Amino acid sequence: MKNILGRKVGMTSVFTDDGRFVPVTVIEAGPCTVVERRTKEKHGYEAVALGFGSIKKHRTTSALAGHFKKQGVAAQRFVREFRDDIDGAEVGQTVTVASFERGDRVDVVGISKGHGFSGGIKRHNFSGGGASHGSMIHRQPGSNGDTNAGRTVKGSRRPGHYGVDRTTHQNLEVVQADPERNLLLLRGPVPGPKNALVVVRKSVKTKKPAEA
Amino acid sequence: MNVIDVLNRDQLKSNVPEFRSGDTVKVYSKVIEGGKERTQMFEGVVTVRKGGGTAESLTVRRVAHGVGVEKTFLVHSPRVEKIEVSKRGIVRRSRLYYLSEKIGKAARIKEKKPAK
Repeated sequence: MKNILGRKVGMTSVFTDDGRFVPVTVIEAGPCTVVERRTKEKHGYEAVALGFGSIKKHRTTSALAGHFKKQGVAAQRFVREFRDDIDGAEVGQTVTVASFERGDRVDVVGISKGHGFSGGIKRHNFSGGGASHGSMIHRQPGSNGDTNAGRTVKGSRRPGHYGVDRTTHQNLEVVQADPERNLLLLRGPVPGPKNALVVVRKSVKTKKPAEA
Repeated sequence: MNVIDVLNRDQLKSNVPEFRSGDTVKVYSKVIEGGKERTQMFEGVVTVRKGGGTAESLTVRRVAHGVGVEKTFLVHSPRVEKIEVSKRGIVRRSRLYYLSEKIGKAARIKEKKPAK
């Protein structure tokens, strides 16, 4: 099962076996516990719920505590459901990074870093105006649209709150999976700040693993 | 020690000799040619040594057949087998970019004689 929950540790660069020096994000992933198996008959869809991270029992909500008790598993800090690639998962089973190997392609879901109230340049990659020669338009968004319309069209790109969105980064290459230290090294960046929860799952776009 | 520090430490080589800009070094690196791996030696003057940790690199310059050639290597790369210092030079810069503008006698570097 190529699904796992983890904590983003940070970025560094590593040498691969073939001598490349690649930028990687280090994720401390698992060990996760299968908390629940949701079935078509009972719940209307097939899914597996994975739990990650320890938490004191009195800090869980009563609802979740009851759920964990019913399933007979320890209390978990995070619980997330996965719908794909879930064959053979049973409640109580432990999921580690051992199922991942070098060259696998994965998608990573995280909550992106918060940027607060940001302008159009940062938020939507606007070009901005000239810096000098008396331009007087530096980082302003420019036109807000058609004056005949007499209103601003809904959904137009404006300054506003940026970040803290659920973000998926698709098709990342697994550079290294280390079951002993529960580490997963993915090529390139993943969404979110350090220490944040990230969800790693099998890539939806790539059918075959990357060539080594 | 955090996880990333451990990862980085594990990749550092312990047998890197002491060298600096102006020194003449031989760099033995592995190259893959036609599906075969062999070791290639590149000798020249270290013009730049920069970066820290796993990203540390050195640039070596030599004049081959009248053409200046500069190659940059990652010090801790597994493809770089060995670095040997053959001469110590006396220079007053840490980055010898000026060498690329000098030809012949002007591009010489004073040699530091080993202490007796």
